[in-house]
Amino acid sequence: MTVYLVRRLIQALFVVLAMSIIVFVGIYGIGDPVEILISPDADQIERERAVAALGLDLPLWEQYLVFLGNALKGDLGRSFVFNEPALKLILQRMPATMELAFGAMFLSILIGLPLGLYAGLKPDSPVSKGIMAGSILGFSLPTFWVGLMLIMVFAVQLGWLPSTGRGETCSVLGFVGLQPCSEGLQWSFLTWDGLRHMAMPALNLALFKISLVIRLTRAGVRETMLMDYVKFARAKGLSRSRVTFVHVFKNILIPVVTVVGLELGSTIAFSVVTESVFAWPGMGKLIIDSINVLDRPVIVAYLMIIVLLFITINLIVDLTYSMLDPRVRLETKGT
Amino acid sequence: MSDVALKGAPASAPVPARVETPFRRFVSEFCESKVAVGGAIVFAVIALVAIFAPWIAPQNPYDLAQLDIMDGRMEPGTVGGAGFTYWLGTDDQGRDMMSGIMYGLRISLMVGAGSALIACIVGASLGLLAAYAGKKTDTVIMRLVDLQLSFPSILVALMILAFLGKGIMNVVIALVIVEWAYYARTVRGTALVERRREYIEAAQCLALPTHRILFRHLLPNCLPPLIVVATMQVARAIALEATLSFLGLGVPITEPSLGLLIANGYEYMLSGKYWISFYPGIALLITIVSINLMGDQLRDVLNPRLKK
Repeated sequence: MTVYLVRRLIQALFVVLAMSIIVFVGIYGIGDPVEILISPDADQIERERAVAALGLDLPLWEQYLVFLGNALKGDLGRSFVFNEPALKLILQRMPATMELAFGAMFLSILIGLPLGLYAGLKPDSPVSKGIMAGSILGFSLPTFWVGLMLIMVFAVQLGWLPSTGRGETCSVLGFVGLQPCSEGLQWSFLTWDGLRHMAMPALNLALFKISLVIRLTRAGVRETMLMDYVKFARAKGLSRSRVTFVHVFKNILIPVVTVVGLELGSTIAFSVVTESVFAWPGMGKLIIDSINVLDRPVIVAYLMIIVLLFITINLIVDLTYSMLDPRVRLETKGT
Repeated sequence: MSDVALKGAPASAPVPARVETPFRRFVSEFCESKVAVGGAIVFAVIALVAIFAPWIAPQNPYDLAQLDIMDGRMEPGTVGGAGFTYWLGTDDQGRDMMSGIMYGLRISLMVGAGSALIACIVGASLGLLAAYAGKKTDTVIMRLVDLQLSFPSILVALMILAFLGKGIMNVVIALVIVEWAYYARTVRGTALVERRREYIEAAQCLALPTHRILFRHLLPNCLPPLIVVATMQVARAIALEATLSFLGLGVPITEPSLGLLIANGYEYMLSGKYWISFYPGIALLITIVSINLMGDQLRDVLNPRLKK
């Protein structure tokens, strides 16, 4: 297990390095770094001073090392727009994105698992066919359009739910509702108003995952039902519900948990879309706004953070997986 | 396998299917699913509309001379100043939405199919190479694929467009970079099995050049799964392009795809003018669903494991 852990850690480190090189080359190699890193309003003298200060006269590999060193110290540049450290801006918005992502994951399991279980146990019933058709739709529908339709129905026509924003958290002068407090983390799901604001974005973000969980669960159930141990449990005279919930359910949980865990990363990434539709003030909306106004330090910082986040999630999922499924452990021991 | 073909063949082929070519068998098996045939027909109609948009659209939505700003934001079904009915309403510039959608489809389909094709060529070549060369080449290419696939497509595309900026070509580049890995993985998987077959050995014994073995012998036998992946990827590419355009990172405002049309209607949504976003969305939805339905059936037909 330790060997496995160390090997995965080293692998993860290499991926982080590789991604930092890609982001670095993307920013410094493709674009003009002077224009990217120095505010366009700067005059010639300021420009030259900045070039020297940023070490842009150094060879590329040395520049990369400087960039890497600064990144390790948590210095990823300052935002042109907010004139604040890019890292701080992103970390401020992280809770909003996280609660949205976790809300979506929660919804996807809450809705997807029972539906998938039903569809797997009764594959031929019309309800199951309906569920499966719905899941195809869930895969096909573009997230942003579903979001718009949700707004149209629930916010504009029915007026049940608010269409944009995060609701009741706390207000900072000038950025009411746009910027959660820097002191202490602000959460929407703790207030009723916040929950009302969260309902639509979370459901929107969850839609794809719900379909995924349904399909996974159904496939898992159908496969497991044919196993000898299930037949044996049935033959032993165990009740149907015990077989379903103890023998079958436990075994399908492994792939479902793995995939849902793995999907956390992509949920965070896809929240870019949902946040833009619902004006949810998270990291995703920040990156889109930053790209649109070319606030590049924020873009770099976002990319580096999200890459780190991804690698961490992948690592955790892999480790959890090897703990849940003994076969994976044996395999690594064998080699 | 043969009795399936016999059952399906007379229904689809008007000539009694005495000579059973692989293609004819494929067509008859594909036609077994009514839903898939429906999808194919719908998609064919959409493609035709997109191709012939300049001739069948009521107006050219990007010729400013034809637009009448007085007709802005009209409800579906109203008759405009130009004398024809706006069946799907107009946007804020007085543009006929139906024409806008037809032209938008052109761009969406072009970007989707174009990027899928390029990604297919790049990905399939690399996948073949990985499987055939093995060893270090295989490791390097597959590590790259793993790395790529561990990040969600939207993030990779976002990253690339943040570097490159807006534009149709840039979107295509981003989509190709996002998608090639799927093709590479698929082709490698099949090619690994195929390259151990006798015909490859025979070709090697004849000392044929590597590229000939790769593309004339190995590739044709890896086609079935490749076609399935390509179909699905076209749908994915169209959806992704629409998403990127909606976010304002995709196509420029002068060449709006469906995604951009939807984005344009976003601000009017809250005031109840739903049609500016709604109908382009429906067009997008129908396109994607019809492609996916075809893809689903293709997967069933072309998957050798499902054959009896």
